[in-house]
This record gives sequence, structure tokens and C-alpha cells, in this order.
Amino acid sequence: MPPAIEVKQVCKQYGSLSALTDISLEIHSGEFFALLGPNGAGKTTLISIIAGLSIANSGSVKVMGHNVMTSYQQARLNLGIVPQELVFDPFFTVREILQIQSGYYGIKNNTRWVNEIIECLDLADKADANMRALSGGMKRRVLVAQALVHKPPVIILDEPTAGVDVELRQTLWEFIQQLNRDGHTVVLTTHYLEEAETLCNRVAMLKEGKIIALDNTQNLIGKLTSGNTLRLRLLPDTLPISLQALQINHSGGLYELRISDYARMECILSALRSEQIQILEMHLQQPDLEDVFIDLMKNSRN
Amino acid sequence: MTGFVTLLYKELLRFWKVGFQTILAPMISTLLYLLIFFHVLEAHVEVYPNVAYTVFLIPGLVMMAVIQNAFANSSSSIIQSKISGNIVFILLSPLSYRAIFFAYILASIARGLLVGLGVYLITLIFFDVPLQLPMWALLFLILGSAILGAMGLIAGIWADKFDQLAAFQNFIILPLTFLSGVFYTVHSLPTGWQVLSHLNPFFYMID
Repeated sequence: MPPAIEVKQVCKQYGSLSALTDISLEIHSGEFFALLGPNGAGKTTLISIIAGLSIANSGSVKVMGHNVMTSYQQARLNLGIVPQELVFDPFFTVREILQIQSGYYGIKNNTRWVNEIIECLDLADKADANMRALSGGMKRRVLVAQALVHKPPVIILDEPTAGVDVELRQTLWEFIQQLNRDGHTVVLTTHYLEEAETLCNRVAMLKEGKIIALDNTQNLIGKLTSGNTLRLRLLPDTLPISLQALQINHSGGLYELRISDYARMECILSALRSEQIQILEMHLQQPDLEDVFIDLMKNSRN
Repeated sequence: MTGFVTLLYKELLRFWKVGFQTILAPMISTLLYLLIFFHVLEAHVEVYPNVAYTVFLIPGLVMMAVIQNAFANSSSSIIQSKISGNIVFILLSPLSYRAIFFAYILASIARGLLVGLGVYLITLIFFDVPLQLPMWALLFLILGSAILGAMGLIAGIWADKFDQLAAFQNFIILPLTFLSGVFYTVHSLPTGWQVLSHLNPFFYMID
């Protein structure tokens, strides 16, 4: 089985600006993959190239084994894209839009599936409303629905939860997770790193048009962060000398210690006990994708 | 084929849903031209012996309405989709370039013909405008609106802003139509202008 998306040595230049430099990436069938990076890192450019909206200066892209340039029709039949911008056609109702979109993909009678997506995305109340009358969140759902009319094996969502309220985010993710369980490959870009962390098996981080990290989400967190962070508020407000090597920060009466493994906890507690220092407050924070992200962005700057 | 048919249907529905603006309004403005010229010039101008000025004017006006609306249809559809961004839905789809091209052109022809036939039928109530060669007339209407539909497509793709499109319309389409002999016969022009008129492709559509 070919990879869902295969990106090979893709470069994209806008004048003198290099938007993407030598990007190579394989996303396997059935994966839930996140593409992360700060604004302007090249995520949307990469998606545009995969979608065939933009032409790479060099390199090749295949979707389910079909080259997006030379067999674009096959590639597009296998791909559903939810664009980042809230675009819509003001002339039509939700149902009309979905029927028309089905037609573009060569599907004549799609009423059953269209009704099903309308139902799943909670759009039933608005199915016959004009697109103009819909709120931002509703328009976002329609965009998701439009990307799904042809049941594409590969779905790309470009920041689907930007500016969307908590409830919709939840329903949206449940729906997308269901799609992933049903065998669809899902690729998403997001600014909410905890979303990527909980949903995605694999993550690629982009910065200034280059991939700076590409790994299994848990590996990435394990590999790139050095242990947990322990925050303590103490009485009296002093840290025993034996623990000062672990200290990474002290602000607002809170000592921040970096501990490489849980066994260190015992040493810390006994050191505090022997100096008769009382613990008033304690937090143990595990590293998350956000730490990795911030670390990576900082490191690659230096 | 389904993709092409759907896009064509969508393009037809697009102007049909705003029919007041896309069909009725141009019909009324064309009829106003006719009314004004009829009142002012009917008694004074004779372009051909035994042909009333209004009767000379009507076919030209019909053709003018056809080509202007054919141009307006494809160009405004493309630029609106571009500016609002919803053109991505067409670009993301597996529609072939040929299907997209023909769907836009056919929709332009349809709108051109609807407006043109509407104007013609209304004038028939008041004037007797005989059609000598109806099939040729229809062929010219179809081909003329197809050419203008294609020009509209090019203009819509080229323009990034509405005012660029308006410039295309005002500096190219409008002068070429007005100078093609809708309101006068080119025989009445000085020789130099006659030669220039013959270089104007719109002249042949109107003629």
C-alpha cells in the first residue's frame, strides 16, 4: 500500500524568499499526523502544494500513490481539504453547497451521505439556511463537511479549530477521531499543541520552511525534554544546599526544580525533612509538546 | 461529465438566483437606450433607405446586450470567487481544466442569450423587426457570447481587484461595442474610421 502522502525534496520559492526548503515527509495510511510550527513556517504552503493549489519549484508530492501534478484528478479524488480561511459561496444554502461539491467529484446522488455528514456535524438545523446567515463556527463545520463529501481516504485540516468555541472543538475532534478510526488518514495543523499531543500519533515541526523535528509524539516529548518540573513553596523560604544544583528557577516564592526521574523525589523529600523545611505547596509537571515546541524553536534560533 | 454538469448548473443557478440584477436590469437598460434613441432620432436619421432607425437599432442593441452580459457573467463569477476565496472549492476538486472552461463559457452564453432574447421579444411587441436569417443570427449570438464569455474568463483570472476588472470592461469592452456600429452604420463614417471599424472584432458580431 502506498503512503497516504509522500513528499519528496520539495522546495518552494516566493521571489527571494524560500518558503520551503527540501521537505521530505511520508505520512502512512491510517495515521493521525500533526504539522506544527509558528506562523509563516510554511505549513499552509506545504498543504497548498499537496492540494495542487500551488506548484513546487522542485520535488514531487504523491497522494495515495498519485502524483499531484501529473495525475491530479486521481490525487484530488483521494484528498479532502479543510482550508484555513472561512471561505463560502454566498449564493447557496448548506445543502446546495454539499450537493454541488459532490457533483464536482463526479458523485450524482449523494443525498444519503450528505444527510449523514449534516447530522454528524450538527448542521441539521441550518441545512437549508443560506451560507451568509451562518455563524463562524457553523461555517467551519460546513467546510469540514465539504471536504468529506467524496469520502476521501486522506483528510487535511488546516487549523480547523482556530477561533472555534470549546464545545465545537470537542464535537469536531470526536468526529475527526471517528473518521480516523474508520481508516481515514488525518493530517492537521494547529496552534493548540495539547490538541496535537492528545490526538496525533506523529508530529512534524516546521520552522522557516524546514522540518526541524519529525517523530512519534511521545518519543519527541521524551527525547527532547529533560525530565519533569517540580514546583515547591517552602517554609522557611530556603532551599537546602544539596538541592540547589537542581534548581532552575525561583520566582514568586516558588522553587522550580528539574528532576530526571521519579526516584529523585525521595531524595528531595528527605533533604527537606532533615532540614525541617515544610512544604506548603507542590506541583509536579510533566513535559508536554508545548515544552518541546518552545525548546525547539529556541534552539534552532541559536 | 457529472463534474462539468454540476459546475454548469451551479453557474446557471448563480446568475438565476440574482436574476433581477443579472437578467432584468440589463434588459431594462437596453430598452431604455431604445426608448431614448427612438424618441430623439427616429424622425431625423435614416441609415438605409426604407429602414426605420429603430428597426436598424434593435438587432445591434440585442447583440450589445448579449455580449456585454456574456462578458459580465464569467468575469464577475471568477473574480467574486477569487476575492471571497471560494474558488478553492473548484480548484481542489478533480474537475478537468477543460470542464471548468466549458462550464463557464456555456453559462455565459446562456445568460447572454436570455438577456438578448428577452430584449428582442419585448421589442417585437412594439416594432416589426423581421429576421431574415434566423439561424445565422442565432449562430452569431452563440459564438459572440462564447467569445465574450472567454474574454470574461481571461479578465476574471487576470484581475486581482474589482477595479482592474472594471478597467478591462470600461477601456476595452465598452469602447469596442460602442464603436462597432450599434447606433450608426459604419458607411456613414469617414474612410479612415471605416477601416478602423473593420479592425474591431465586435463590428462583425454586431454587423
